[in-house]
Amino acid sequence: MNDPAAEGLARTPAAASARSGRAAGPADGREVLTLNVGPQHPGTHGVLRVVVELEGEIIRRATPEIGYLHTGIEKQMEARTYLQNVTLVDRIEYLASYNEEMAFYQAVERLLGVEPPPRARAIRILMCELNRIGSHLMYLAAGALDVNVTSVFMYAMTDREKYLDLSEMLSGQRMMPGYFRPGGVALDLPDGFVGAARAVLDELPRRLAEYERLLDDNLIWRERLEGVAPLSREDAVALGATGPVLRGSGVAHDCRTLMPYGGYEEYRFDVPVRQEGDAFARYRVRMEEMRQSRRIALQVLDRLPDGPIIVDDRKIALPPRAELARSMEAVIHQFKLVSEGLHPPAGDSYVATESPRGEKGYFIVSDGSNRPVRAHVRAPSFYNLQALPAMVEGHPLSDLVVAIASIDIVLGDVDR
Amino acid sequence: MGVSVDPPAPAGPRPAEGPGQGGSPADRDVERNVLTTTLERLLNWARASSVWPVQFGLACCAIEMISSAASRFDIARYGSELFRASPRQADLMIVAGRVSQKMAPVVRHIYDQMLEPKWVIAMGDCASTGGLYNNYAVVQGVDKVVPVDVYIAGCPPRPEALLHGLGLLQDLIARGATARRR
Amino acid sequence: MDHQAPSRESLLDRLRPHVPWGLATPREERGRSIVLVTAGALLDVLRAARDHLGLDMLVDLTAWDRIPASPRFEVVYLLGRAGSPDRLTVKAQIDGEPPRLPTTTGLYRAAVFPEREVYDMFGIAFDGHPDLRRILMPDDWEGHPLRRDYSLFEEPVEFHGHTPKVPSAIIPYFPPGSGSGSGGATPPGTGSGAGDQPPPGEAPGWGGQPPSGRPSGPETERK
Repeated sequence: MNDPAAEGLARTPAAASARSGRAAGPADGREVLTLNVGPQHPGTHGVLRVVVELEGEIIRRATPEIGYLHTGIEKQMEARTYLQNVTLVDRIEYLASYNEEMAFYQAVERLLGVEPPPRARAIRILMCELNRIGSHLMYLAAGALDVNVTSVFMYAMTDREKYLDLSEMLSGQRMMPGYFRPGGVALDLPDGFVGAARAVLDELPRRLAEYERLLDDNLIWRERLEGVAPLSREDAVALGATGPVLRGSGVAHDCRTLMPYGGYEEYRFDVPVRQEGDAFARYRVRMEEMRQSRRIALQVLDRLPDGPIIVDDRKIALPPRAELARSMEAVIHQFKLVSEGLHPPAGDSYVATESPRGEKGYFIVSDGSNRPVRAHVRAPSFYNLQALPAMVEGHPLSDLVVAIASIDIVLGDVDR
Repeated sequence: MGVSVDPPAPAGPRPAEGPGQGGSPADRDVERNVLTTTLERLLNWARASSVWPVQFGLACCAIEMISSAASRFDIARYGSELFRASPRQADLMIVAGRVSQKMAPVVRHIYDQMLEPKWVIAMGDCASTGGLYNNYAVVQGVDKVVPVDVYIAGCPPRPEALLHGLGLLQDLIARGATARRR
Repeated sequence: MDHQAPSRESLLDRLRPHVPWGLATPREERGRSIVLVTAGALLDVLRAARDHLGLDMLVDLTAWDRIPASPRFEVVYLLGRAGSPDRLTVKAQIDGEPPRLPTTTGLYRAAVFPEREVYDMFGIAFDGHPDLRRILMPDDWEGHPLRRDYSLFEEPVEFHGHTPKVPSAIIPYFPPGSGSGSGGATPPGTGSGAGDQPPPGEAPGWGGQPPSGRPSGPETERK
């Protein structure tokens, strides 16, 4: 309508500026609001800050700002021995500590040129897969909480507790187990562990079916996740995304099948891939991954070989306690390993492993001393976070929280 | 139950008496059925029984804090029914995790935004002392930034440990003893 | 433990005709194809790897300090291919103050964050980066923490009448091939860095030279 009187009262920014005499915003009358999300925010899954430029409700630009959890772990790893570093490594991707230890010790063992014995390899894979299930359950809990499906949060946390109980039974700690050692693992499976693990795994399909009943037909869940935070295949590959973020965008890329490590080539499992590239696709990928992890874990339990749990080399692994009473040499080896640590040959190594969030690898440089010269963590969440702007720009603000949840970000991994 | 007014003292010396023992039948009735307290104790009891934390999980300890809020450990039965997103609506800041150099001003900022009375629990070794990380990047204890009332050791502390710490804090609050403010 | 993909050897062979110069020391090591290039040839090698080998993923970008060796810094690019086990490691060794390299963000969008991290941690400037600023440390931090001559800044615990070791001195640095009882030495290039204890009789203090300017810790910031 072109009524001059009505135009003077029109509710556009341009009209408002004209009335007030202030300079107008951009010539086309749009206003951009800069909004700070975080670092303390319930929806950012940790201390992540996202500076968002909004036009109305639509995000025009999102810039993640990180570093709020920077702990100097990579620097501190240069001041510790390879055994002491397992405690630091645990706390990087703290939801998937076993996978993190696996990645670290794969690189160390590649440098040393040793391979753990079969039983140790099996136990490692078992714990990595149980940890993967636990981590994905945490994703489900946190993701559901963000969309306010609080009952799924409660159920998933309770289910995750069973996996934490298994970890505690084995290593004494619910989180941060410090269980792997160079060349194997620290302790053998306790009595009753295999039965307890089987019981937990047997219950998993029923629990996953219940989650799917609660979520897949839930109109709110589908509306909040389908079509939300889309990431095209080209963008996912170009931005360095890996893991469920990449597999949810149609790329069949899983380090366990492409570059098998640690014994994964002995087990049969599928790698779920979805084509849609939205948050719902990533959710489906993780649900299926839990089923596949269960499949791997059951194969491990069925075929669990007997034997030593750590390599026999006394320059790498501690001698068994009984030997210390008999052999002076064993005492000397024990002393040197504990008070000095092991000396991998000079060089560098990198082994790509698959953590619940994507490709994790340690680039370790050794100069032959008892400490790494450089230990760099290829952090999947660091690279996956780069895909966040591509996911949310042009979409409403409420999609930001769902996007961050669907990346399944761990800030300890991002900032180290 | 309510705050009562002391009945007028009867004339004459009064023998030593326990509740419900001396005085007139009306006095004994009142003492048996009415809780006498000071306003301060009542307020401290109310504050201690309903401490609402602000969502301030930083790192791995936050995961155990979330576990304590879930159904197995259930922090709600200790009164912490809701973790508020806004510090203005919260009483307690559970600093759960390592405080990096970049985050320290933010911790202080959030603490300053909380309204009195407010308390701080340093959960875990990193928040208490810097923990595992003795380096350039981690503040060696969040008590360098905010005053802390209760320290909980552990890496990470089990949810039971957090609940124990919360119980200690509730005792502190009920007694009216908290850290000096700065 | 041989996880080599069948096409691994041919990766380097397939790359060689496209970059005949500046390609120094290609080698296979522990199952990885590695190429050491000069800074000037870096972008050409990466472009050739992307266009002719199909390595469309930048898997990792990092650096390390080789002090006292020269050139001082080695920047490592790990390239991969989506859906394939093909991997190529490209290394460039550089010197200078500040050391400079051309940015890879034009070739791989995934390089934006890691180049910022390498700049933050090592001080290596990437010419042409769209947003080169610190990413992990606060914006006004001085110094580049992952350089080997930057101290770890360990605080010794204060006790009365006793100065305990800082944690990194509990198991000190043992050089390669060291015998027993050497008691530890200072890692090369770290100077008065990690591993130092305050001399007996002195009050505990910082285990190293503090960076000029900004003191760490927020006590001095605001009350």
